[in-house]
Amino acid sequence: MSQPTEAKLPLVTPVRVVCAVLLVAPFVALLWVDSYATDKPAFVGIPFFYWYQLLWVILSALMTGLAYVLFTREERQRRARRLARGGEQA
Amino acid sequence: MKTDWTALSVFILFFLLVTVIGFVAARWRRATDAQHLDEWGLGGRSFGTVISWFLLGGDLYTAYTFIAVPALIYGVGAQGFYAVPYTIIAWPLVFLFLPRLWSVARRKGYVTLADFARGRYGSKSVAVAVALTGILATMPYIALQLVGIQAVLDTLHVGGSSSFGKDLPLLIAFAVLAAYTYSSGLRAPALIAFVKDTLVYVVVLVAIIYIPIRLGGYGHIFHDAATAMARTNPATGKPRGSMIPGAQAQWAYATLALGSAMALFMYPHSATGVMAAKDRLTVRRNLAVMPAYSLMLGLLSLLGFMAISAGVGKGVKGYNSQLAIPQLFQQMFPSWFAGVAFAAIGIGALVPAAIMSIAAANLFTRNIYKDLLKPDATPAEETKVAKLVSLVVKLGALGFVLGIDKQFSINLQLLGGIWILQTFPAIVGGLFVRWFHRWALLAGWAAGMTYGTWKAYGVAAAGKPGTHFGGSSANIPVIGQIGYIGVTALVLNIAVAVVLTLVLKAVKAPEGVDETVAADYVADVADTPAGSDTEGPEHGRDVIAPVTT
Repeated sequence: MSQPTEAKLPLVTPVRVVCAVLLVAPFVALLWVDSYATDKPAFVGIPFFYWYQLLWVILSALMTGLAYVLFTREERQRRARRLARGGEQA
Repeated sequence: MKTDWTALSVFILFFLLVTVIGFVAARWRRATDAQHLDEWGLGGRSFGTVISWFLLGGDLYTAYTFIAVPALIYGVGAQGFYAVPYTIIAWPLVFLFLPRLWSVARRKGYVTLADFARGRYGSKSVAVAVALTGILATMPYIALQLVGIQAVLDTLHVGGSSSFGKDLPLLIAFAVLAAYTYSSGLRAPALIAFVKDTLVYVVVLVAIIYIPIRLGGYGHIFHDAATAMARTNPATGKPRGSMIPGAQAQWAYATLALGSAMALFMYPHSATGVMAAKDRLTVRRNLAVMPAYSLMLGLLSLLGFMAISAGVGKGVKGYNSQLAIPQLFQQMFPSWFAGVAFAAIGIGALVPAAIMSIAAANLFTRNIYKDLLKPDATPAEETKVAKLVSLVVKLGALGFVLGIDKQFSINLQLLGGIWILQTFPAIVGGLFVRWFHRWALLAGWAAGMTYGTWKAYGVAAAGKPGTHFGGSSANIPVIGQIGYIGVTALVLNIAVAVVLTLVLKAVKAPEGVDETVAADYVADVADTPAGSDTEGPEHGRDVIAPVTT
């Protein structure tokens, strides 16, 4: 009944890759200062440089949150499989 | 100017409220074994998502942040806004390694980052290096919290004209803080953080809506700020600042953001906040919702421009920009609400000051007292020492502020940031791989510390040639741009550690014993299947099992 190939998820999974992209994106966007060091277009009188970075606060919060959901879901799967495997051995 | 009694009364009222909370906290979730350092120093490792969130937020976004970040923007413009990308990237960064830190700390009963370094590398020297760096970097940070309170008290015109009378309110505030930290430990700031953050959120929301309305809108504010920034400073012969970082300032902007983000969780008080969480999921969930604070900080930093537009400090020679925000509040808000805003800043100083002194006390107790002086200390003795040290640390910080030039504590705090970053390779490297050799880490740390201190020594304050420790940016060798010294020192640190590790491995120098195993880094408090590992941490309260393989 055991299916050894499914018993363990690999270290790198599509979900983990997506999580990595979600977590790395804010670094690229914000450390590349030249890409946003400009004052136009302004938003309600706030220069681009400022509102763009404030926008990234929200974007990165959403991205980190999504990474959290995806990652936690997969971790639960791993745990379930590990326990199932442990149960067979016992 | 006269003392504003309405504002002062509101301020005192809130201060009394948190004092009561601070002492009551000792009874909150009373511990079964109150003499264990886990109880006083980590709140029993029992904090859930909500408390952890307030605790971490109260811990990291300090009064000094509220004063200094807008003050920097008030002073130089765009360059001060680096605090925003810094707090944005901090969260995805620590998302990667804090859950691992929590797990191994819980499983092995670690209370400090230095405990982890000792366990991972089997090296007391690495642990002591991490502990000393932590204590050194924390002391000026606590001192800055006092600077924050002082800015509020100055604005309120509290205290007499004599030097003792002037410092008396600060001494009282600190005595009270010291007393409840001593009796309640980490539970006190955890509870007070609720009050602090609620006040801060209310004040910030009101400020960013109400003040722009009074000043004629954001467009007007930024226009005034741009005019002020373009004006030539007679002391330096250069413009005061800029609204958008020019090409030559972008490296500094990015490296300051990155370096500060990396340093954030190397500070002892941040690690304390994380280790006090009750399970791994709490840690991760918290990191996912922490960016709410970054938004607040970002909005708050715009207050610096509002202060310019409102004419705060205009024409005052040698104006102390640390006063810009309190004075903006005083000028813009009705008295009673200015009192609320001042209370937010004042309490915002007490929470981190308490956590920082607890964290520094934990470090001293675990990694200097226990490791070096008295290896057979019982948990009760540890707690006793930690409580006393928390008092000593606070007295030291008080001495900093009262005895030494205020500017000096600000400079020392900048230096502290450079120093604390040098523990990054040992801690974060160690959380993922056991590759670095302990002696190589020590050498890398020494190189980074020396280089960072030397470079910072060479930075003169703006317009004052010949002064030292005037800033934290300097020329990056090879690249030839101006950048954050901490990051340059870290690169040197890592390079030394890598090269020496290769050499030491080649000559088979003795490696320390690693007391952790791979599963420790993914363990959670859990319902383990029968017959599996039932050996909990030394505290022995929860059964912990690895979650993933």
